[in-house]
Amino acid sequence: MTPSKTDSSVDGSVAIEAINITKIFGSGADEVRALDDVSVTIRENEFFTLLGPSGCGKTTLLRLIAGFEHPTAGQILLSGSAIGHLPPFQRPVNTVFQNYALFPHMTVAQNIAFGLEMQGKPRAEIDDTVKQMLLLVRMQALAERQTSQLSGGQQQRVALARALAPRPNVLLLDEPLSALDLKLRKEMQIELKRLQHETGITFIFVTHDQEEALTMSDRVAVMNEGKIRQIGTPREIYDHPGERFVAHFIGETNFVEGELISANGSTGQVRLTSGAEVPASLPAERVAPGRVSLVIRPEHAELTENPDAGVFQGQIDNVVYFGTDTHYYLHLDDGTPFMVRLQNQRDEVSTFARGSRAGVTVKGNAAQVLLD
Amino acid sequence: MALVETVPGPTAQHTTLSGEEATAQAERKTRRLRWILLTPALAIICGIGIMPLSIILVYSFMSPGPYAGISWEPTFDAWISLVLERDIFDDTLQLNDAHISILFRSLWLALLTTVLTLIFGFPLAYFIATRPARQRNLWLFMISLPFWSNLLVRTFAMMLFLRDDGYINNVLLLIGLIDKPMILIYTEFAVAVGLVYAFLPLMVMPLYASMEKLDFRLIEAGYDLYANRLQVLRRVIIPLVKPGIVAGCILVFIPAIGSWVTPKLLGGGKGLMVGNLISNQFGTSRDWPLGSAIALFLMLMVMIALIIYVRNSTAARDHG
Repeated sequence: MTPSKTDSSVDGSVAIEAINITKIFGSGADEVRALDDVSVTIRENEFFTLLGPSGCGKTTLLRLIAGFEHPTAGQILLSGSAIGHLPPFQRPVNTVFQNYALFPHMTVAQNIAFGLEMQGKPRAEIDDTVKQMLLLVRMQALAERQTSQLSGGQQQRVALARALAPRPNVLLLDEPLSALDLKLRKEMQIELKRLQHETGITFIFVTHDQEEALTMSDRVAVMNEGKIRQIGTPREIYDHPGERFVAHFIGETNFVEGELISANGSTGQVRLTSGAEVPASLPAERVAPGRVSLVIRPEHAELTENPDAGVFQGQIDNVVYFGTDTHYYLHLDDGTPFMVRLQNQRDEVSTFARGSRAGVTVKGNAAQVLLD
Repeated sequence: MALVETVPGPTAQHTTLSGEEATAQAERKTRRLRWILLTPALAIICGIGIMPLSIILVYSFMSPGPYAGISWEPTFDAWISLVLERDIFDDTLQLNDAHISILFRSLWLALLTTVLTLIFGFPLAYFIATRPARQRNLWLFMISLPFWSNLLVRTFAMMLFLRDDGYINNVLLLIGLIDKPMILIYTEFAVAVGLVYAFLPLMVMPLYASMEKLDFRLIEAGYDLYANRLQVLRRVIIPLVKPGIVAGCILVFIPAIGSWVTPKLLGGGKGLMVGNLISNQFGTSRDWPLGSAIALFLMLMVMIALIIYVRNSTAARDHG
């Protein structure tokens, strides 16, 4: 319910804990602060997603956990013990790389066996595990293929099998789906969820694709400019964004201005510029009464035929048909752009035409007050 | 066909031909052009490759002329005296120890040079390949700098270091590590040093070329999958840069086994290599057929070694 920036209340056993991590690349004038005092706790058996635009530090955080980089400051705990000083090959953590990084001089089976061989497992056990992994990712028929003969989706499966074979405590996935086409990406999203469910391994997934993050994750951390802006379930992040960046980055959003006139716990009353009052959800951090910004998702608003009814009034600039729904682009009377998404009904023809005036109503307390 | 017919301009005459004829004509034209373009390369291969070799082949089956050159009397003497020698007293054939030791020394020194340049060149090439792109060219320039001066000059410079009163001995004497000069020059050791120095760039260049293409994420993947540094080197880096290693070894081994200047200047009598043996036959020994036979023998050995090597490595790849 309540959006939060910090992540103190975590129940269940902890897989990874990052404490006050700062990572600085370069020095002097070239200094880049990739991570700035980031703390996050990731539970065991959780599908945790680091979401953010490129350059936000999400991949750096992943590489710190994998051991390819070392933090400038802060600590990383794996199941409670510090691993910051360990080289990657001594961490029970495996990575699925963005472009898979399969060994081109080995077959599919040899790729999958590699980690187990390096761990010094006996041959019989290695062969068994490789078979299991091939079965798990449905690649039994291609065990003896060279990796160069595989399609993108198949390479992806091999990369997953290779990283899962040594049964790591945590699996790190660095934008693993970004190189796949849309259809394959959807399939792999489901596949990844299934694998995570079947193996019970903690997945830390890095992506810049908000839809991927919402559909797959148990929890999402939204990052920007080296900081975690908000951590929560996909629903919390989508319905109750804490700040403008989060609301803007995830889904389509309307921003409107208003004045908070009363607050009562997690809900309050906001007077809009049109003079109408709407109930609104408040962020966890206390917001002082006064001018605030509100987020209203396009699907949480509706149009009314009476142009003077509703909480806003405005003119429809554009109507775009999307099959399942129709998007109405308005500009409100105070000039703010506003978008309403209405589901299409088979037998009804919309009466809201381009150029006409309409009123906008907001469902329940769908309006969310932002911190900034 | 459709393409040919729709091309406008100078090829318009094709439109009057039937599609099949036009295709055939275009094909003939392409074939003619291909031969024209190949001619310079073929001329070079014939002119400086096959022709001299044929001459040497013929010479090797002739008798030596009285004042160098050959006389046109066919004989196998040159090939026989390659490894055997006729005893001047009882006319029996015996193994020619001098030739055999020179052949083995050449093989040994060439192998040693290849191994040493690989050991020294591998980390060097890796170092260069992991520098930022802008610095790499500077390093490569520095590696190839010795090529800008003549090998003879560079070998003389090596002599300044290795001589009994050369820089190495002088410095060691000065700091008191030795009390009389070490014998460095005119040994196999001196030849090996000279060869490694001369051929190191030939090893580094192809190694660098294949390491530059190396995807360093594969190395990270190796570390990620519990391979330590040595295992990553053995299981990931070396297999991936193997083409560079093979190219470097061939590029070093072949000129090293046939080298002439380095053993001549640094080897003295104890460091003679097969190149010097050959040049002696065309010079002071005045035995051109024997020189030709040794030259061909050397070439044959190198080719056989290469064929065996290539066979093995392709077989290993097919089954591996």
